[in-house]
Amino acid sequence: MSAGLNLTLHVWRQAGPNAAGRMVDYKATDISPEMSFLEMLDVVNERLIESGGDPIAFDHDCREGICGMCGVMINGAAHGPMKLTTACQLHMRTFKDGDEITIEPWRAAGFPVVRDLVVDRSALDRIIQAGGYISAPTGSAQDANALPIPKQDADEAMDAAACIGCGACVAACPNSSASLFTSAKITHLGKLPQGQPERYRRALSMVAQMDLEGFGGCTLFGECQEACPKGISIDSITQMNRDYLWASLTKREEKKVAGAG
Amino acid sequence: MTVKLDSKIPGGPLAEKWDAHRFEMKLVNPANKRKYHVIVVGSGLAGAAAAASMSELGYNVSCFAYQDSPRRAHSIAAQGGINAAKNYRNDGDSIRRLFYDTIKGGDFRAREANVYRLAQISVDIIDQCVAQGVPFAREYGGLLANRSFGGAQVSRTFYARGQTGQQLLLGAYQALEKEIAHGSVTMYSRHEMLDLVTIDGVARGIITRDMVSGKIEAHVADAVVLGTGGYGNVFYLSTNAKGCNVTATWRAHKKGAAFANPCYTQIHPTCIPQSGDHQSKLTLMSESLRNDGRVWVPKRREDCGKHPSEIAEDDRDYYLERKYPSFGNLSPRDIASRAAKEACDDGRGVGPGGRGVYLDFADAIKRLGKAAIEERYGNLFEMYERITAEDPYTVPMRIYPASHYSMGGLWVDYNLMSNVQGLHVIGEANFSDHGANRLGASALMQGLGDGYYVIPNTIGHYLASNKLGKVTADHPEFRAAIEQVEGRQRRLLGIKGKRTPDSFHKELGKIMWEKCGMARNAKGLNEALQEIPALREEFWQNVTVPGSGEELNQSLEKAGRVADFLEFGELLVTDALHREESCGGHFREEHQTEDGEAKRNDEQFAYVAAWEYAGEGKSPILNKEPLVFENVHLATRSYK
Repeated sequence: MSAGLNLTLHVWRQAGPNAAGRMVDYKATDISPEMSFLEMLDVVNERLIESGGDPIAFDHDCREGICGMCGVMINGAAHGPMKLTTACQLHMRTFKDGDEITIEPWRAAGFPVVRDLVVDRSALDRIIQAGGYISAPTGSAQDANALPIPKQDADEAMDAAACIGCGACVAACPNSSASLFTSAKITHLGKLPQGQPERYRRALSMVAQMDLEGFGGCTLFGECQEACPKGISIDSITQMNRDYLWASLTKREEKKVAGAG
Repeated sequence: MTVKLDSKIPGGPLAEKWDAHRFEMKLVNPANKRKYHVIVVGSGLAGAAAAASMSELGYNVSCFAYQDSPRRAHSIAAQGGINAAKNYRNDGDSIRRLFYDTIKGGDFRAREANVYRLAQISVDIIDQCVAQGVPFAREYGGLLANRSFGGAQVSRTFYARGQTGQQLLLGAYQALEKEIAHGSVTMYSRHEMLDLVTIDGVARGIITRDMVSGKIEAHVADAVVLGTGGYGNVFYLSTNAKGCNVTATWRAHKKGAAFANPCYTQIHPTCIPQSGDHQSKLTLMSESLRNDGRVWVPKRREDCGKHPSEIAEDDRDYYLERKYPSFGNLSPRDIASRAAKEACDDGRGVGPGGRGVYLDFADAIKRLGKAAIEERYGNLFEMYERITAEDPYTVPMRIYPASHYSMGGLWVDYNLMSNVQGLHVIGEANFSDHGANRLGASALMQGLGDGYYVIPNTIGHYLASNKLGKVTADHPEFRAAIEQVEGRQRRLLGIKGKRTPDSFHKELGKIMWEKCGMARNAKGLNEALQEIPALREEFWQNVTVPGSGEELNQSLEKAGRVADFLEFGELLVTDALHREESCGGHFREEHQTEDGEAKRNDEQFAYVAAWEYAGEGKSPILNKEPLVFENVHLATRSYK
């Protein structure tokens, strides 16, 4: 066991959606390198409560990198400095004694701040509502092995389906685009034979909803791919653009249904 | 005995019960379904599947989740897989075998009829999930792949890398979002259920707190379905998500719903050991790893401090292979956990505090190559390395058991309705299918089975069979419930003591783990029954909750949940003390064979213990549902 770390935190504090926010400094002393980043925040909060202070609100749940609930900017990087790692899986051994750490919420027009480091990501749910599914009502399925799917396709679908919906891609993007998130779902479902009937309508509707939510356009900076804790490839955006373009040019009926111009 | 426990198990041969029952149940006319409003609390596999499926049928559904999106429910963290009796491997599997394995795995403490239905439904679940686009692992021929799991000698587990729960939940979530878009499901994210409302003994709605605005709200419905998961966080450290809690089921219990078998808690054998007092949760390493990993500790205590590579093959004790040669490293969870504890209690544990055993992949890597192991478990290995900073390809993993799953839960009948009319309970929140121990890859099966196939059928029968009067949120029972919830919240905020809610939770967890964990005895349990009420009393005098109720207040949320755990923990211990036998996850040290195996007492304890709330300060009342086994022989469970 190495000795405890003494850190200075600069944390965004904001009492509510319409309140003004500001950075506040905190000392985090004697932090074990074995702690996760969120456990470090737990310790800071416990000490704040005990001394009559106001604990820092942050979203978290599974703490094993899969629920997608946590996510903060750590020194300007979504989920912090470790690649392919969510904030809850980032460990304090990544930091050195004496470090200063700036912690801010996701910043994007589509993600209004709720309180402190907590943001409203319901826009991502609405993008899924627009078409991020295969319509297969319960009971209507055929035998699971009736439809062989090449392993390669299933694997590629799985790569895209690994998205945890945390929003790091949006937070990292200079345009606050939700393209990586949206395209990951379009790619997951579009790679599979079951996803074909709704493929073009899906692309049109989801892209339209993404624009409606106030997310910016993609100009291929590639920051999203760097920030993604699940390694979703920017290739999925190419797939989305291809489906969208093809649908825009050829699928008049789908366009009407999708309300996409 | 005031609670009436009628299990409503249909007559007829086991294999025909569900079919016959579906025919006998009343139906709601398609045009009338939209006139009914059903509340679903929870959006995990059970809740999301139920909400989506009932909406597809035409019911009006409101769905509630404490997370910011229904996609985050903790089902998402399930790693290894989902069982189904497809017999795609031609290895002798069948519905009857899955049924038998589940009954035996549960140490003969589950209801035959429910378990058989689960095995029947299992095959449809896989079909449904594939149709939704769940990217299950496939062979090069394009067909679905399988792996093996503990407690079974056939290969019937379907999986999506190490993220099966995630993919299944996303399938159910996407179906739910489709129905939200359709307008027949109203989703309430960041809402926590704080009470159940009954009118004349019938469940007619819930009280929730909007976790952003703090508003306490009443929601009226014709039926309430709880899919709110398990209570593993009563141990503080568990593999559950931080937010998982007992509040919804506990409040329903206090409104009359019987709590069944709370002492059946599953301690999962393969979790990453605790690294210090700051630990906030424990991370599971999927049971599927035991397909290829070998569990061992040093034979000699003095070797424990050595680097594992310095311990010769002959000096290693592969204790699961030694003690249980037929199932070996794939022995069921309760057995593997206890064996790990035994080895550590014997002073042969490894790692900090001697609380760990090795899970070693060296042989598998030698046999199959690193690439094959990476393909199977790559993401799990990465997760392990991120948490421990050790590379499991070159150094064996260190693992230790941790609280993982609750087999106990609210009592339900065959229709998944509790003893409170109109209150239904699905998934981990009910008690019905896993007996005293759940087999790996069966939780996903049960959650989805309940949600996709059971409740959409049985809810119609309930609604069609009962004339429900019109009720509004102005009803005195709703107003009283709101006042009660608000009063409790004011009380929590007004104590202004010195200790944080979390510090109480940690202390409760320690009591539960030490006195009511993997092994239990009367002395420890009696001590816990003194310590828990004392801690609860201190909580209500000395907890401090900053802020107000009219805002996002995570300390307030936490305090409310800890207050409920402090009541529930006592019931769990009471149940553990009363059950004078060892079965599954419930191991009473007084009841073991000479070689340390669990000793069941079928004569006296082949029943479901359904506890009834008797009021504050009063002992809970025990009701018994006898378990009748007509199709299996109550054997001593052996994996040797």
